Amino acid sequence: MDLSRLTISGLAERLRKNESTQKDALEALSKSIRERDTDVRNIRAYVPREAIKPIHRKADRNSPLWGVPIAMKDNICVEGLEVTCASNILKGFVSPYNATVVEKLLDAGAVIYGQTNQDEFAFGSSCETSCYGPTRNPRDPQCVPGGSSGGSAAAVADHTAIAALGSDTGGSIRQPAAFCGVVGIKPTYGRVSRYGLVAFASSLDQIGPITKDVRDAAILLGVIAGHDPKDSTTANVPVPDYTSFLGKSVKGMKVGKPKEYFEAGLTPEVAKSIEESCAALRSLGVEIVDVSLPHTQYSVNVYYIVAPSEASSNLARFDGVRFGHRSKSSATLLDLFEKSRGEGFGAEAKRRIILGTYSLSSGYYDAYYLKAMKVRTKIKQDFDDAFKKVDAILTPTAPSGAFKLGEKTADPLQMYLSDIFTISANLAGVPAISLPCGIVQKNLPVGLQFLGRPFEEEKLFQLAYAFEEATGWHKKLGNVS
Amino acid sequence: MGSIDLKHIARLARLHLSDEELKFLETQVSQILAFVEKLGQVKGLEGVEPTSHPFAVSNVFRDDVPQSSLNIEEVLKHSPQAKGRFFQVPKVIEDKN
Amino acid sequence: MIPTIGLEVHVQLATRTKIFCGCAVEFGAPPNKNVCPVCLGLPGALPVLNREVFGLGLRAVLALGGEVSSVVKFDRKNYFYPDLPKGYQISQFAHPLGVGGSVEIDAGGKPKAVRLNRLHLEEDAGKLLHDQLPDSSVVDLNRAGTPLAEIVTEPDLDSAEEAYQYLTTLKAILRSAGASECDMEKGQLRCDANISVRKNPSDLLGKRVEVKNLNSFKAVRLAILHEITRQSAALEKGEKLVQETRLWDDERQKTFTMRSKEDAHDYRYFPEPDLVPFFVKKEDVEKVRASLPEMPKAKEDRFIKQYGLTTYDAKTLNLEKETADYFESCVRQYAQPKSIANWLTGPVAAYLNANPVSFKELGLREEWLIEMAQLVEGGKISFQAAKEKLFPEVIALKKRPQEVMKEKGLEQVSDDSALGSWIKEAIEANPKVVADYKAGKDTAAMFLVGQVMKKSQGKANPVKVKELMASKLAESN
Ligand SMILES: [Mg+2]
Ligand SMILES: [Zn+2]
Repeated sequence: MDLSRLTISGLAERLRKNESTQKDALEALSKSIRERDTDVRNIRAYVPREAIKPIHRKADRNSPLWGVPIAMKDNICVEGLEVTCASNILKGFVSPYNATVVEKLLDAGAVIYGQTNQDEFAFGSSCETSCYGPTRNPRDPQCVPGGSSGGSAAAVADHTAIAALGSDTGGSIRQPAAFCGVVGIKPTYGRVSRYGLVAFASSLDQIGPITKDVRDAAILLGVIAGHDPKDSTTANVPVPDYTSFLGKSVKGMKVGKPKEYFEAGLTPEVAKSIEESCAALRSLGVEIVDVSLPHTQYSVNVYYIVAPSEASSNLARFDGVRFGHRSKSSATLLDLFEKSRGEGFGAEAKRRIILGTYSLSSGYYDAYYLKAMKVRTKIKQDFDDAFKKVDAILTPTAPSGAFKLGEKTADPLQMYLSDIFTISANLAGVPAISLPCGIVQKNLPVGLQFLGRPFEEEKLFQLAYAFEEATGWHKKLGNVS
Repeated sequence: MGSIDLKHIARLARLHLSDEELKFLETQVSQILAFVEKLGQVKGLEGVEPTSHPFAVSNVFRDDVPQSSLNIEEVLKHSPQAKGRFFQVPKVIEDKN
Repeated sequence: MIPTIGLEVHVQLATRTKIFCGCAVEFGAPPNKNVCPVCLGLPGALPVLNREVFGLGLRAVLALGGEVSSVVKFDRKNYFYPDLPKGYQISQFAHPLGVGGSVEIDAGGKPKAVRLNRLHLEEDAGKLLHDQLPDSSVVDLNRAGTPLAEIVTEPDLDSAEEAYQYLTTLKAILRSAGASECDMEKGQLRCDANISVRKNPSDLLGKRVEVKNLNSFKAVRLAILHEITRQSAALEKGEKLVQETRLWDDERQKTFTMRSKEDAHDYRYFPEPDLVPFFVKKEDVEKVRASLPEMPKAKEDRFIKQYGLTTYDAKTLNLEKETADYFESCVRQYAQPKSIANWLTGPVAAYLNANPVSFKELGLREEWLIEMAQLVEGGKISFQAAKEKLFPEVIALKKRPQEVMKEKGLEQVSDDSALGSWIKEAIEANPKVVADYKAGKDTAAMFLVGQVMKKSQGKANPVKVKELMASKLAESN
């Protein structure tokens, strides 16, 4: 039996019953990484590091993740490991501390195993802006895995990881999960601690699981969620046992279909998959109703003011003084700053720093940042209104299946628009899950997105699990055997 | 919006850009700005509170109790340039308080 | 020329730990000892506000008569400097902790209210040191994240003296409120001054010059005087002044231009997304207000009324909260407020001025001060001798004044026979003076009394000597 093909729940059970050892599991993963990730298919879901160093601590045998290896996106701090956000500017930075999610995983018995590739600082939707080069989509290596958590999604889809953590600022968990045919959830803003997640846009970022099936996502979120005294923005809301909602009937649940999401940009094949998904949900007793999110059309516009503004400030600490890259030509202080940053940041990071600096600069703040924050309020109100009528909202995760490597790199605006369906959840702070719901162009998965009320992730799991069970896409795609 | 002073913005951001990058960014940034300016169409924003946090968490404090600090040697080991217990930078002539 | 002055004062709030992390606030620690991911600005670290910072900030606002904002928020002030780890300072821009308030100062004998614009909370930067290595500067981040309250006045000050008065009064208030120790030597109170001059009251305000690096009250006074002179001279000559930032050079006693920044200040303030808003309830504000001790000005007025002190004494006693409390405690044990006040504003204040010790370090026990006052009052020692001889010995030996007086033989001599013989000697040795006296020159007697005091090495009871001298001179008539 190849242990790398197991889910969290499957592997944890075998380990607990002593049918396999932790060592077996790590060896199986190591072998699959060697064979599929680096050698033969060159997927490159992992960032190149000398050797993967497993990190774990003593934990109770009955801990939910006892012995289960979990891969980390390269923007989550793990003590003693180099953490670079796939950027040259952070090369050589070894974190002296653990992110809160890492602490929680270790306490739950997990083994931190491997760091996954991403767009530089999570700026991108294709995993192509990484300083280590792109990750490929295991479903079709000519295609991108999506981004920015492309490495995490590709590793899970390719069975080179049991499960992984990603981060989502505008769709960075859900869109790659959709492109790679796996499950990804962006929790409610404040549900999971951001302490130790290298910040991109602080008011939008959330860490979340990328897994082979819905059950694993429920298990993993249950471990990492909760209030953290080190993150002022985490909510003091109890974390329910998400797995207890799996298998519950969804009969009578109301799911809204926002008409604005189906008006433009959707490929006919994706539209068809979504229609079939609606039919499947109806046959489970779910009532699909029309809703309207009128300001959602401005999501991308708002996002490309708010996110780069916050990013331009968050990235100021990469100045070559205390860690990371310092230019060799740093004779003066100004050179130290400008050259180190000029050499260390890639093209997309530079673009966003410039955009954000401009939006915040004197004379433009009101016209850009302040205005965007007000429209953000409107977008949030749209969701509040819709959730008065429905339990969840359904949309495609992305307008199309995975696109080809290099297809959108020349046109940043086109790239930005590939997040058109995912961004509003970050702006409104609501939770959203993506799971496979079809295949287009023979081998490219399509993602279905459910958005929920704040802190009602359990409803998303309930719906997603019922859908997964009824349609079996996780099996058809080979995520579980 | 007029043409933006990219060099000034880059200086504010302490970001060295090559001439090629400057040219490249000039077009792209203008395109993106033209795109985001679609926000001008949104009506009825008078009196709308700007959202800087999605949810109303408030009054979060920590107690004034000392926690252990980091071992600076470990941090300095991975820093670009260090001397003794200090981070080292080029001589700064201008004094600033 | 009419100067207009406003001050921006940063005071360190008296907490154990930093504003956004649990690192200890410690003066003089080894470089980079008290640092963590948060105050080092490491990737991924997040700030959480220290409750005590908020509490002490509230006390400061209320003690200064300001209004506490009902919604308090933090903003990021973005700029690059090696001592600023995150590339931004967490400060307050749009929603400061407090607005308004005032500080009443003594402006040439008249009370004057200096209006405050605002008080906001922010984090301190680290230190960039230039004297450690020949060709490099080095960064110490122990100070990074130290909690500060920035207190900004309206441009209400008219002179260097008023600025000085403002600072001493502000310090006394903040210390009383327990918000800050305001120890300038430890950098706990730092001041920037905005100074402009104009020719006529009807003129618009002149170009504002900001002077930084004022590390003592003396430096503030000197720098303002220097700037007023410099700017006035320039205006007289018809030169144009520019709005700029200048630094005070303590050695050369002058200000000089800070090489103008590469870019105009554009701090790109925006709401700090890593911190949440803070809502302040009215009842909580009232609780803090009720817990504030009596402020120096109120206490000063009370001292005048209750103890019959002079304005000068009341003011001097209230410059430091410790002294005022000490005074009252002594008076409770020995109901002679004037004599206690005399001791504190006289010999004690003089000693503190001449020696580099604080009142606390002086170690003068209340019972000792009371005993000295009693000895003088009871005629056991003259005030003069007690002040000049006894007091320094008590401080040096750390012993009861009674014992010191005996050991050192400082007791006042009131014994008639001892005094009588000194008087006799004085009269016999100065026949001409005696003759003058007899010729009607009353002051001649004073000379003779002085001679007796000298002979007794200050120990003779001057009142007694005067009495006896008068009768002796009358006898020999
Ligand atoms: Mg300040
Ligand atoms: Zn710290």
